[in-house]
Amino acid sequence: MILQMRDLGKTFETGQLRVTALSGVTLDVAAGECLAVVGESGSGKSTLGNLILGLFAPTTGHIVFDGSPLLATRSLEQRRAIQLVQQNPASALNPRRSVQASVRLPLDVHAIGRASERAAMVRALLADVGLDPALAARAPAALSGGQRQRVAIARALACNPRLIVLDEPTSALDVLVQAQVLRLLDDLRRTRGLTYVFITHDLALVRAVAARVAVFHKGRLVEEGTTDAIFTDPRDTYTRGLIAAVPVITEEEKEMRDRLARGAA
Amino acid sequence: MTPLLDIRDLRLSFRLWSGTVEVLHGISLSIARGERVALVGESGSGKSVTARIILGLIQAMRGARVSGQVLLDGQDLGLLSPRARHGLRGTAMTMIFQDPTSSLNPVLPILHQFREVLARKEPGISVAAAHDRAAAALQEVAIADADRVLGSYPFQLSGGMNQRVMIAMALANRPKLLVADEPGTALDVTVQAQTLDLMRGLVADHGTAVLFISHNLGVVREFADRTFVIYRGRIVEQGPTAAVFADPRHPYTRALMSAQPRLTAVGLPDIPERDPAFGDPMEVHP
Repeated sequence: MILQMRDLGKTFETGQLRVTALSGVTLDVAAGECLAVVGESGSGKSTLGNLILGLFAPTTGHIVFDGSPLLATRSLEQRRAIQLVQQNPASALNPRRSVQASVRLPLDVHAIGRASERAAMVRALLADVGLDPALAARAPAALSGGQRQRVAIARALACNPRLIVLDEPTSALDVLVQAQVLRLLDDLRRTRGLTYVFITHDLALVRAVAARVAVFHKGRLVEEGTTDAIFTDPRDTYTRGLIAAVPVITEEEKEMRDRLARGAA
Repeated sequence: MTPLLDIRDLRLSFRLWSGTVEVLHGISLSIARGERVALVGESGSGKSVTARIILGLIQAMRGARVSGQVLLDGQDLGLLSPRARHGLRGTAMTMIFQDPTSSLNPVLPILHQFREVLARKEPGISVAAAHDRAAAALQEVAIADADRVLGSYPFQLSGGMNQRVMIAMALANRPKLLVADEPGTALDVTVQAQTLDLMRGLVADHGTAVLFISHNLGVVREFADRTFVIYRGRIVEQGPTAAVFADPRHPYTRALMSAQPRLTAVGLPDIPERDPAFGDPMEVHP
């Protein structure tokens, strides 16, 4: 297991207000797998991602990454090993920075490679995500949504990470573009041996990309299992409700959805 | 019978400093009374500008050139004075936008905003009368504690609640046509499913025609009687929703459907983002 979470919880406090965003989560992620973290807004799925990234410390429990404890203040090596791709590439990229400058920044910050080699490394990263080198000097505003997300992926790859938290990476994209970006992510996972924590609200997408699913509801992990198990026999009533709400496009899919929603295997 | 809404050869271009951008290349579409019609396409296809042209919101923009006809009940909206046109908005035709929370005014309580809507049809409506009408309208969208909601500001309500308030407001004046631009896209899937059910029931009860703009094929399939697929400012396929989904004929429609993640399918299809065949002539299902 590359990532082990034990009894993980997070409570936010502001003045009188206490909000428990996540509680009692115990979950493992195996090296090289894509784990889908599914839930609606307020389910705690993004809080989980932020805890893995170390953006804040958990209130309870702990995380172990590759055998060592993962604290909110972590080593540079641990920071490099865990990277993030966000939902909206338009706001995740600095609008004033060119594509090549955005992808180069983590190389400079973490002093990866020699300064003289970094331009070539940036070109290789852009090639890896299928971006035309002619786009390297452009600003994000001059790219399409799919191209921007490819830049964000190249930037996340710059530190040669082991695990990437993908926080709704394609929900801002059109469906044809989404299909291409998902294929790219899948290829990169296989060729580079990456591990993904894929946060999403879209259950139909989960079927396409993930081998295992963790369903969150109101800060708790309500169901966990292989994608096949969840899509043949969902146990939790909330999971069934989530499946029932998926908009479908074929009769075959509708029958399957309605059967799963009723809970009959 | 004349259709309720008849769009004929609608064209739109924007004049920019860098030249002219053609956005719509002759859209024709009609909606019968009480019919639910979907316009489905990706970002930049021209679906939202079409909606805004129907309401007359684009024509006022500098640099926008609109040609073609939009007829509501046989009346050419392009020939109306801006004042007459303004009079139709919020009464004969209304619109719901994607994000309910940002469509509502954050600094006014719901009742105040509801009264403004009702006053479009009935100027000078009293606060008490507006309260009663608004409470009744909220009942229709399954909001039980109308008093609390009417006294609240939008930020005090959930996204789903705000969406229901928007639907109630949009239907309060019994419009002939409701234009819904990606309703529920900003909401959770379970809430989206509930609000769409609610909306479908209400428009059926009131006989309201709906132009439903969406990028989500699944949602369109569940909501619309007829579907128009738009790609880069052209309608590429149209017909009864069941026919379009059972037998998509245009290469673009087929690509869209194959790219859509499905509960039944494992793995990812390899579909090009662009293809010259997407420019093929329109397919029409009878």
